[in-house]
Amino acid sequence: MKILKDRLFKFMVIFFALLILLPLFSIIFMIFKNGFSVINLEFLTTLPKPPGETGGGVLNGIVGTLLLVFFASLIAIPLGLIAGIFLYEYREKKIGEVLTTFVDISQGIPSIVVGIISYLWIVKRMGHFSLISGSFALSLIFLPIVAKSTKETLKMIPVYIIEASLSLGVSYPRTILKVVLPSSIGGILSGILLGISRISGETAPLLFTAFGNPFLNFNILKPVSSLPHLIFVYAISPYDNWRKYAWGCSLILVIFVSLMSFLNKLLLKKWKIKF
Amino acid sequence: MRGNRLYKTFINIGGALILGLLLSFFITLFINSLPSIKKYGFDFITSKIWDPVFEKFGAFPFIIGTLLTSFISLIISIPFSISVSLFVAEYYENTFFSRIFETLVDLLAGIPSVIYGLWGFFYIVPIVSNIQIKLSISPTGVSIFTASLVLSIMIIPYASSIAKEVIKLVPNDLKEAGYSLGATRYEVIKNIIFPYAKSGIFAGILLSLGRAIGETMAVTMVIGNSIQLPKNIFQPGNTIASIIANEFTEAVGELHLSSLIELGLILFLITLIINLFANLIIKRHGFEI
Repeated sequence: MKILKDRLFKFMVIFFALLILLPLFSIIFMIFKNGFSVINLEFLTTLPKPPGETGGGVLNGIVGTLLLVFFASLIAIPLGLIAGIFLYEYREKKIGEVLTTFVDISQGIPSIVVGIISYLWIVKRMGHFSLISGSFALSLIFLPIVAKSTKETLKMIPVYIIEASLSLGVSYPRTILKVVLPSSIGGILSGILLGISRISGETAPLLFTAFGNPFLNFNILKPVSSLPHLIFVYAISPYDNWRKYAWGCSLILVIFVSLMSFLNKLLLKKWKIKF
Repeated sequence: MRGNRLYKTFINIGGALILGLLLSFFITLFINSLPSIKKYGFDFITSKIWDPVFEKFGAFPFIIGTLLTSFISLIISIPFSISVSLFVAEYYENTFFSRIFETLVDLLAGIPSVIYGLWGFFYIVPIVSNIQIKLSISPTGVSIFTASLVLSIMIIPYASSIAKEVIKLVPNDLKEAGYSLGATRYEVIKNIIFPYAKSGIFAGILLSLGRAIGETMAVTMVIGNSIQLPKNIFQPGNTIASIIANEFTEAVGELHLSSLIELGLILFLITLIINLFANLIIKRHGFEI
């Protein structure tokens, strides 16, 4: 009886664990199956045609996502680094502990709320949707990720490295800048890649900030399209070829996100902090 | 020593930024929901009528929608996330098999939510409409239940990643002591691992609950977006997040917008509290996420 219960439990664990691979394989399979059939040169390099007409591509979405991520990085990376260094310096004080908790819980803020914030701060004031308001919303999601990974990486640098530098007469700020930061570059970059793969798939905060745009746009004050937004719009559209395009966009997005996490793994292997 | 002072000022800006962001989020949301708070007060939460044309805004159906979807998805996901964590942290710990499995589960966490929505829209909705036909309900396919199903898959990796870490933390001495007394593996898991790891497992489940409550895109695409109070879980509905996604850009009039922002404020506060709670439990366990 005892043995039977044990066997049964093990069977259940394996069964439930392996069962979740079913939806995973289904999602991956469908993305590849439906995505490959629409991806070609035209899909990648042209703009969408009006609804109902066949042909056209999603260049606006690809360029839009790249621009959104680029400007979000421009805002979030430097500020996230500074915030991360603060958390590192004050890690043993109460304020450091409290603010680390702040960073942790702000990673759990629903992305749609971040969209509302960016709408109220930027879109409402400017009077129209824009690339920069989308990037700003994404940067608010990105910033805590950078701050957290920076702190965690800096923490791993042994004190004697810092002491060695100080004993050579190098000032403390210079030590942080020239010794500590360079030796933690791997961990920091990995946090950045993680953040990029996270924000490049975000849709909800873009609904009322970047909004969408059927044309190419490089102006940060104008609305811009993005891959995740196109997936949403095309999926719920009544046109068959648009629905297929949603899968094409998904395939590009999944490849991009996987590439980021692959790079991340390589990086962690190469620049693993070891002393 | 001017460099030192400059450095200090500089990093203090970083600290102020972290503090300022969360506070300013709250203040911004609160100020902008004031028109709705003043007009409807507590009725906002208890009233069932949401009518932008007559400017009547009661969020009860969406609060119920959020509670239903997140709790149903949580209940579906718990056996799976616990199995996954036992699988990788106990039964097949540090084997090639479990490393591959962990990578696959991580992959599940990395798929953007809009793609879950797309997949659910084309492949889960038809399944649910078949179930609805069998139950002789109008086969809409989109429903509270559909959204819960998609959500449950999305949140499994969040709960299992924390549970797995705490299960790994269970000291080997304890487990060996159990085995030496003749306990089977099941008994060790039930009487030693679970009691030891329960608060950590609970924290993971809380984190996944926070995720489920705030999830927007995947839910919006499969829940049916009805502003009526759903009579059962096979009817279309709306969550707080999905009603915001649906109506925010089309909000006419100050009250409509302000009501949607108040919903955002409610969402912000609920997820903040849940995450704070989970965070404190995890900190007590002495490991970082």
